[in-house]
Amino acid sequence: MTHQGKGKPPRVGDNKIFRRALLTIVLLLVGLMIVAPLVVIGVEAFSKGIAYFGTSIAHPDTRHAIMLTVITALIAVPINTAFGVAAAWAITKHDFWGKRLLTVIIEIPFSVSPIVAGVSYLFVYGLQGLFGHALQAAEIKILFALPGIVLASMFVTAPFVARELIPLMQAQGRDLEEAATSLGASGWRTFFSVTLPNIKWAMLYGVVLCNSRVMGEFGAVSVVSGNIRGQTNTLPLHIELLYHDYNAAGSFAAASILAGLAIVTLIAKVALERQGAGRVQRPSALAGADSITPEVKP
Amino acid sequence: MNIRLDNVVKEFETFRAVHGVSLDIESGELVALLGPSGSGKTTILRMVAGLEYADAGAIYFGDENATDIPVRDRGVGFVFQHYALFPHMTVGENIAFGMKVSKVKRSPQAIAERVKELLDLVQLSGLRDRFPGQISGGQRQRVALARALAVDPRVLLLDEPFGALDANVRRDLRRWLRKIHDELGITTLFVTHDQEEALDLADRVVILNKGRIVQEGTPEAVCRNPADAFVMNFLGDANRLDADIRGGKAYVEDVAFEADGVADGGGQILFRPADVTWREDGQGIAAKIVRVIDRPDSRRVLAMTGSGQPVEFDTAPEFPHRKGEAGFLQIRRARVYASA
Repeated sequence: MTHQGKGKPPRVGDNKIFRRALLTIVLLLVGLMIVAPLVVIGVEAFSKGIAYFGTSIAHPDTRHAIMLTVITALIAVPINTAFGVAAAWAITKHDFWGKRLLTVIIEIPFSVSPIVAGVSYLFVYGLQGLFGHALQAAEIKILFALPGIVLASMFVTAPFVARELIPLMQAQGRDLEEAATSLGASGWRTFFSVTLPNIKWAMLYGVVLCNSRVMGEFGAVSVVSGNIRGQTNTLPLHIELLYHDYNAAGSFAAASILAGLAIVTLIAKVALERQGAGRVQRPSALAGADSITPEVKP
Repeated sequence: MNIRLDNVVKEFETFRAVHGVSLDIESGELVALLGPSGSGKTTILRMVAGLEYADAGAIYFGDENATDIPVRDRGVGFVFQHYALFPHMTVGENIAFGMKVSKVKRSPQAIAERVKELLDLVQLSGLRDRFPGQISGGQRQRVALARALAVDPRVLLLDEPFGALDANVRRDLRRWLRKIHDELGITTLFVTHDQEEALDLADRVVILNKGRIVQEGTPEAVCRNPADAFVMNFLGDANRLDADIRGGKAYVEDVAFEADGVADGGGQILFRPADVTWREDGQGIAAKIVRVIDRPDSRRVLAMTGSGQPVEFDTAPEFPHRKGEAGFLQIRRARVYASA
């Protein structure tokens, strides 16, 4: 469609002044709120030179914090992905008593402050807590150790994958699964050949969100980890520690690593999406009848 | 494969329930389940497929009791109203899916050959590598049918197969499905709310209302002898006038109609708009023309009887009378039922 007539906007609401104003506001806010802080992190990280950046990163405590964060993500993200897919599957494709309640409960970590989650873990697994003595007797250390950090991270990020999947799977309905089953496919076969391919982009997006949040989680982890330098300090906690040590450059260097990890996650997601897009030209599952291409007579 | 439903019951909290339906479908027959929404027709179809389990009663495939056989092993081909094609697979992959997951192992060549065969059957040979999102609704429905046929089902079940298509495509596909059925001779059961579709396509029509069968028979039988006022109304436009039934006759304002076997008392006569003649002299039921509607091949006249009941009837396009004129309705053919 080319623009027809002069002076009149081609479509309702497509006013030049309005469009430019809108774009300016958005760009301004993106610049101020998102781009500027990221640039500051990069600049400050290297403010004392590359050598200092290198030694900051290479410091055993920092290296340990990076490792701990990555390990936490490697454990928490797959478990929460499996949980999210299972929960979304159960809620959208099956009927059972308490379904609505479950949907609400899954959302709780979104509405509860992470610090509350952390404190409640203290009361459950801590020495004065419900399982405290039993755990101590069994010599299982949950708090102030990796299990506690993983558990807290999982609590905070539990809804991410499920929330991405539930609306999508609800819109898809049960037709595809019923079709696959009527054609003789087993439950597993149906899941891997039919359900999963149709939810994978939403799932991937949920995984990315979940991963970013696990890596960046501060409040809940701060309570349950005990902030032991070089032992239970994750990267976000370590950044704060360095900052309180008046080591601004070191703190920014660590922050740049955390931001870097986030960017790597995003790039991975885009790359995966590209690969998928090459196979299927993203035909909409719900495209209406008689869309897109005209009939080709054989 | 003949199918027998024996007093099948399904209770839902909602209106879709089925109350004791028994039905025999002969091998190779093409049967329509016809009814308004909520009549339980889709539920019956899904129970035959095994997508829904019956609360009571039994479903037999031949001599085998299939009531508790899961859908996966029941050997039915099911075509969904909205096609349910796998959007991430090509047309060819969709059709091959059932053969790939089958317990009967087939070589890739055998599968490819069968896919080609089925694509020829549904006349979509050129579209094997397209995705469902890239073809039209009518083509999708044909792919869905090919996919269902690929597993050599014992029975073919179609849920509102043409419901989502526009009128012209629907008519073509209807005739085409009938042709395919005649070629393959597979026992076929389909659900529709469109009486024209059912009459056009089926050997036998089963009419449902509120979870019960109200009438079953050939299209001719149900059209000529509607069992009750519901069937009469559901099969097509019908006018209804209150009548008094006395001694085997139904009286509407002194005009008598044959009413053999209908009990004395309050009753109703139902008649089609085509079975009315407009007369200026004093024979028939007095009425006044309220409105004249023009149609491509006829003129539909809306009239009001002396007692204030509306009647619609069809006339030739040359019908000269206009709004406000008075005359008489001569009803050439009517059916009499006791009051509901």
